[in-house]
Amino acid sequence: MSLAAAFFQDVNFINASYIVAFSLFITGLAKLTSPTTAVQGNKIAAAGMLLAVVATLLNRDLDGSEFALIAVGLIIGTIVGVPAARNVKMTAMPQMVALFNGVGGGAVALIAWAEFRDLGGNLSDNLDIGVPLIFAAIVGSISFWGSNIAFGKLQGLISGSPVKVPAGLFVNIALLATAIGAGVAILLGSDSEGLFLAILIAAAILGNLAVLPIGGADMPVVISTLNAFTGLSAAAAGIALDNYALIVAGMIVGASGTILTDQMAKAMNRSIGSVLLGGFGGEAPAAGGGGAGGETGGTVRSTSAADVAILLAYARQVVVVPGYGMAVAQAQHAVREMAKALEKKGIEVKYAIHPVAGRMPGHMNVLLAEADVPYDQLKEMDDINPEFGRTDVSLVIGANDVTNPDARLKPDSPIYGMPILNVDESRQVIVLKRSMASGFAGIENPLFHGEKTQMLFGDAKASVSEITSELAQL
Amino acid sequence: MQPHAVITVLAVDTGSPLLTEIAILILAAFVGFQVISKVPNTLHTPLMSGTNAIHGIVLLGGLVAIAHGEGFLNQLILVIAIAFGTINVVGGFLVTDRMLSMFKRKPEPVAEEPQK
Repeated sequence: MSLAAAFFQDVNFINASYIVAFSLFITGLAKLTSPTTAVQGNKIAAAGMLLAVVATLLNRDLDGSEFALIAVGLIIGTIVGVPAARNVKMTAMPQMVALFNGVGGGAVALIAWAEFRDLGGNLSDNLDIGVPLIFAAIVGSISFWGSNIAFGKLQGLISGSPVKVPAGLFVNIALLATAIGAGVAILLGSDSEGLFLAILIAAAILGNLAVLPIGGADMPVVISTLNAFTGLSAAAAGIALDNYALIVAGMIVGASGTILTDQMAKAMNRSIGSVLLGGFGGEAPAAGGGGAGGETGGTVRSTSAADVAILLAYARQVVVVPGYGMAVAQAQHAVREMAKALEKKGIEVKYAIHPVAGRMPGHMNVLLAEADVPYDQLKEMDDINPEFGRTDVSLVIGANDVTNPDARLKPDSPIYGMPILNVDESRQVIVLKRSMASGFAGIENPLFHGEKTQMLFGDAKASVSEITSELAQL
Repeated sequence: MQPHAVITVLAVDTGSPLLTEIAILILAAFVGFQVISKVPNTLHTPLMSGTNAIHGIVLLGGLVAIAHGEGFLNQLILVIAIAFGTINVVGGFLVTDRMLSMFKRKPEPVAEEPQK
């Protein structure tokens, strides 16, 4: 073996490469926190990942047949991952993130299983490996299955509304106890593979049952939580495998994911605990009972695109309130065209962005940025709420729960206390909506029955385009 | 035995630098808390996607483990793990890049009209 090869294959060289790699991760993450440097930040982090993978492949314990197996795994992963990421629609991004998170958790659980087998099940003599391995198996498996359920809910494969599990809290505690109990038995000396599989299966069922009862509106918090979980499980696997890159990168994701989760939950005026325990215990989903009847609090006035155009043409200030409906209809470009037409008439147009409008924080910003809406027209909730009082027309495009005045006025409403956009304070409200179906939280929105409100039913994109062409004729 | 003696024995007996690893773990946690504590709402989704891609580092776990993986089942499990990890990494970074490209300022439609 040449001297150069010996140098590059040295474990110290590999570990040194890991240090460079996780420095790149940290730099990349720091840059991801500002819009001007975010693109670069992502690329820096990706470069760090490439370095880490290449350095790992230098490992001199790898022989030809193992390289072949690695190639198979890398190729399959690339063939599946690249088109999935390339072709996914902007509207389906959140569930794609859930799916990618899930396979990460799945990988951790599988690695833990393979390591258990490799040690012949003897974890009791290697507690420093055994404890993190059991942790990785439990958390990885929960993350995999929980993420799949989150994907299914957002993709519409599973009902988005809360699914009640009978005695949910009790069952979930029992499942967790089973997984931990089996883990302890292994750590105390059992080498039964059946016990290890029991851990994986109990955690899998727990992952399913924990996410199923959580309503779709809370899904961002769930995905973010599971994202942090996967990070933690990766860090645990790193301790078991004595791999610094895994420990650092996994833990950074675990920590930053927790912060993100907290910020999202705060934006919805919910604690992480109440979201997750709502799922675990079924204490929260009062939403199911409250709005299920569907009895309406008043009549609904519907209007036409031509009438809306006239209303808009004589306004001074128009505030657009986008929501998930705009994303589904891909109406962002049409909205931009309409705004241009209004601006030509000297009307001021602003966009009110609720922190959790859409399916994830920032969802609306991404879509509107795609349509070239100037950044300074996008107003966050606290900036725009004082403006509604002097807004002539608020145009609600496919948003629902984030405009529900019950959150401010009705203490017994399930969403009472959630910060909302005070759309109801503007002089006129136009709501573009597909039908009278309730929002993701599954509750009635009295805004739609308000005296100042008119509904324009139909596909958001078609409606907005129609308004624009009516405007041109005025 | 004193608690710290237990830990020392654990670290020495197994030859595994457990305490070093725990130290790194704790420091990484603080870095994670600090590095993203101030993020505009706009960037929450891309950031979640970016951190998601970074935990695709589990791929390395598969690469390390397969070096001592014996037997068909072990190797099969690890190949699947590597494929999963690859999906996580490749998909994660690509999706994040697509989200972020929306923020890129499009070049101004410059005043160089082709012909008069």
